[in-house]
Amino acid sequence: MADELLNLTCKQLRDKITAGTVTSVTAVEAVFAQIEALDDKVGAYISTYKDRALEAAQTIDRKIATGKSTGPLAGVPVAIKDNMCTDFGETTCGSKILENFQAPYNAHVIEKLRAADAVLIGKTNLDEFAMGSSTENSALKQTLNPWDLGSVPGGSSGGSAAAVAARMCFAALGSDTGGSIRQPAGFCGVVGLKPTYGRVSRFGLVAYGSSLDQIGPVTGNVTDAALMMNVIAGHDKRDSTSVSNDMAPVCNYLEKLNEDVKGLKIAIVPEFNAGADQNVQNALTSALDVYKNLGAQIIEVKMPHLDYAIAAYYLIATAEASSNLARYDGVHYGHRTENPADYVEVYSKSRAEGFGAEVKRRITLGTYALSSGYYDAYYLKALKVRNLIRTDFTKTFKEADCIIMPTSPTTAFKLGEKIEDPLQMYLADIYTIAANLAGLPAISIPCGLDKANLPIGLQILSPAFTEKKLLRIARMFEGKTDYHNKKPVFQL
Amino acid sequence: MAKKIDETQVRRVAKLARLDLTDDEVARFSTQLSAILGYVEKLNELDTDSVEPLAHCLPMHNVFREDVITESLDTELALRNAPQHFESFFKVPKILDEDSGA
Amino acid sequence: MSELEYKIVVGLEIHVHLATRTKMFCGCELVYGGEANSRVCPVCIGMPGVLPVMNKQAYEFALLTALALNCKISDFTKWDRKSYYYPDLPKNYQISQYDLPLAEAGYIEIPLETGQTKKIRIIRVHLEEDAGKNTHTLGNFSAVDLNRAGTPLLEIVTEPDMNSPAEVRALAVELQRIVRYLGVSNADMQKGHMRFEPNINLQITKAGTEYKTPIVEVKNLNSFRAVEKSVAFEVRRQLDEFAETGRTMASGNKSTRGWDDENEVTVLQREKEEAHDYRYFPDPDLVPVEMTDEWLTRIKSRLCELPIEMQKRFITEYSLSDYDAGVLTAERKTAEFFDAAVKAGADAKRVCNLLTQTGMKLANEAGCNVADLGISAENLAKLAKMAGAGDISATASATIFEEMAKTKKAPDVIAAELNLLQKSDAGELESVVDEVLAANPDAVADAASGGKKTKKARGFLLGRVMQKTKGQANPKVVSQILDKKLS
Ligand SMILES: [Zn+2]
Repeated sequence: MADELLNLTCKQLRDKITAGTVTSVTAVEAVFAQIEALDDKVGAYISTYKDRALEAAQTIDRKIATGKSTGPLAGVPVAIKDNMCTDFGETTCGSKILENFQAPYNAHVIEKLRAADAVLIGKTNLDEFAMGSSTENSALKQTLNPWDLGSVPGGSSGGSAAAVAARMCFAALGSDTGGSIRQPAGFCGVVGLKPTYGRVSRFGLVAYGSSLDQIGPVTGNVTDAALMMNVIAGHDKRDSTSVSNDMAPVCNYLEKLNEDVKGLKIAIVPEFNAGADQNVQNALTSALDVYKNLGAQIIEVKMPHLDYAIAAYYLIATAEASSNLARYDGVHYGHRTENPADYVEVYSKSRAEGFGAEVKRRITLGTYALSSGYYDAYYLKALKVRNLIRTDFTKTFKEADCIIMPTSPTTAFKLGEKIEDPLQMYLADIYTIAANLAGLPAISIPCGLDKANLPIGLQILSPAFTEKKLLRIARMFEGKTDYHNKKPVFQL
Repeated sequence: MAKKIDETQVRRVAKLARLDLTDDEVARFSTQLSAILGYVEKLNELDTDSVEPLAHCLPMHNVFREDVITESLDTELALRNAPQHFESFFKVPKILDEDSGA
Repeated sequence: MSELEYKIVVGLEIHVHLATRTKMFCGCELVYGGEANSRVCPVCIGMPGVLPVMNKQAYEFALLTALALNCKISDFTKWDRKSYYYPDLPKNYQISQYDLPLAEAGYIEIPLETGQTKKIRIIRVHLEEDAGKNTHTLGNFSAVDLNRAGTPLLEIVTEPDMNSPAEVRALAVELQRIVRYLGVSNADMQKGHMRFEPNINLQITKAGTEYKTPIVEVKNLNSFRAVEKSVAFEVRRQLDEFAETGRTMASGNKSTRGWDDENEVTVLQREKEEAHDYRYFPDPDLVPVEMTDEWLTRIKSRLCELPIEMQKRFITEYSLSDYDAGVLTAERKTAEFFDAAVKAGADAKRVCNLLTQTGMKLANEAGCNVADLGISAENLAKLAKMAGAGDISATASATIFEEMAKTKKAPDVIAAELNLLQKSDAGELESVVDEVLAANPDAVADAASGGKKTKKARGFLLGRVMQKTKGQANPKVVSQILDKKLS
């Protein structure tokens, strides 16, 4: 019974709750039963709020019982990556420096979820300040891949992806700066969407690389991703980079979701894809066959600058991060070193104690890239290459509706496999980074399992603000396949 | 081969970033960041002389707010996370004015 | 020490608080003073995840000032982050404008003591956010108040075109007058609304060779007096230092000094200009600003006549002295009030005297501007005209001015009520004159003698007439009658 309930989609659950056949309280209890059973092992959550959640669920159940109208996520238990500020509990960013930080405000998306009557159940683990591709950089706990407890869940939204994969929530929010939604979604066999830059307000999202960061949904299926987008997309005057409704009107992403895109043209970049391992390449080929059978046309293109995306990204993202993270200094909030000799030590020691190795590494790299004498060679050069990368996309989208490529070159790697070699870790982001540099929407959907029974992600990218079409393209594949219904089997 | 970023440079940058790195970290970062910077060199394969830098993906400009007062935080909430405060001030070890960067 | 020939070279960097209701990037109200950290929010505390949004009014105030400073307004500007760590700077970077300031290449015309004016070139004008305030009253600790953090701050940088302490002061005063005219800043020095940082050095000629002394920047001056005195002090100090060491300007030897107001000396803060590495880069949280013709036209329509222009006009059109014109144009309200009264037909000098001799004293007592005493420009003009026509005496006009401020009544009404109107009816006055002449034959004889005693006797007779009419006779008319009768 509980299993059956947990396997419902958000939309199905919402419909049952509003119809009165299931209560939100039941759903919340089922989710917490799952958390209590699994999360000691998986480690998806940094914090959970059972009492709060039950109270919220009761309120919604009462609303429904008294015939009041409810929002599109009425009673659905949802998790939030712990780099989005909430006016309850802590917002830790997986860091010691913010371990006890209590925000006196909510992120825009939190307000949106509340307004949609979602039930917030907890905050998920992440690489510290979202810097990482395995969630191993969390200073607070380790998250494991539900499909293989010896492997990483991906990152940085590893907690969100693992929670959705293990049915410890019905949907979650993640943030994506260089693949941090899509890569863990791929590793955990769930759906992850990074919207167009500016589509979802960043207000209240703790910044990593401000010109790249974007919040998006992690869900069990494409329909739920569309449903979540209906809730979180839209203009917010508190974020100057949030697009106005004139520039890009918000739309109903569920509408026509199940209608195939006629005359679909898909671009692929064979030279680029050749870098993926064989399992991944095979899955990609089969996926393209599915589309061909649906009448899509596959076009081979060259995008000569994609190869430079990682290099450009790790300069731009770290430069921005070095500045964004300057505020964590132990003066106004956050960890302060004990017994500093002077006020300068408040800075240098608090930060040394509060940040983990990867964060320090990226701050150092980013500071270097911006420092006098190196700015032009590194930061400015990277911004120019970023422009070239965007131009590659502009050209490709003149010929095709979307581009399909792997989400990652491999399936989930083993814990500890890359943590000692940051460059190898960075190189694993090869397929996801370009979308952030160009500000484009991109989705990862499950497209198979490798020999070790680990999920493989298929990535689809489309032009700015075409999430609706992107979701329809993803749904076409999902409609013909069963990968999204595969669930991890736990050997506890 | 000389490292892309030697330990002296790592220390200089860490000082700029107010990071009190251990000797071990300095050594490790010098090696790791040198590898990363070596990889990043590949950007120089591209001729970007006539390319504009792209800092913002969105073609947006002139985003303003009206000069309208919104409520400030309660002082108590503003100070809630402060490691130390005195009355309603944030409190830090004595600051030497000459160090101001401005 | 032998007298050296030298030229003083000073450039100024000026920071002006803009008088918006709210901060530059958040909606916190701008209030001077108040409980520490009572006007702060997540944005101006620099809490995680919050974002800045530009205050339009602040930007337009900046544009308005730049236009008044004859600058070229940039078509495209952006925001940059300037990184340095300091407890009053919560994000540890300041949002500022680096390579693309909102305006460049202007000038400000300043009045000189000679009555001439001088153009000082402006290099750039840009907008940024102010930091909070650190206070050091807790022994081994400092206290940080962020109420001021995020205040819109206009930075104006001049070329080193000033050549005396007086010129530097004149520029400071002129800039204060301009921003107040424009209404973009209260420019209250005591509240730190304007802060000045002069860069000072000397060009010394010695035995036919020219030497430049190392540049000294004096930080954070917030009174006109300090601006002038610190420059004067530096001139003496640099002369002495040059005589002693012969040190000249070289790259990297610019030093920073503070101003000790009590001892009136500058104090060394930083010997060498430290290689500050501010790591400027475009702020990804803010989008650029693009100027449109339509927007610029709208801002231009908000410009007013500048004080220096008004001052010059008052001198040329109204024949006022440089001093009077300066007094009247010190504040825009006064200048406009004066101008309106003159345009209503009154004599400029007479209006000027009424305002400077009576009005400003009253305004001072009331703690307001003379234009805010409740007197309309029309009534002021009427009063001046009455005085001009001799309908009232000089003493009476002061009395009436005061009454106008008190009762808001028209001057003729007050004059009538208080019986201050002078009699000008020649027929009536003639009979009084006849009476006086008849009663004082000796004086009449003296007055008619044409000798030394004439003037005194005439004055005596006029005085008797005034006495008899209880001071209400128009002395001009009486004088005419006396002329006629005594000739
Ligand atoms: Zn504020």
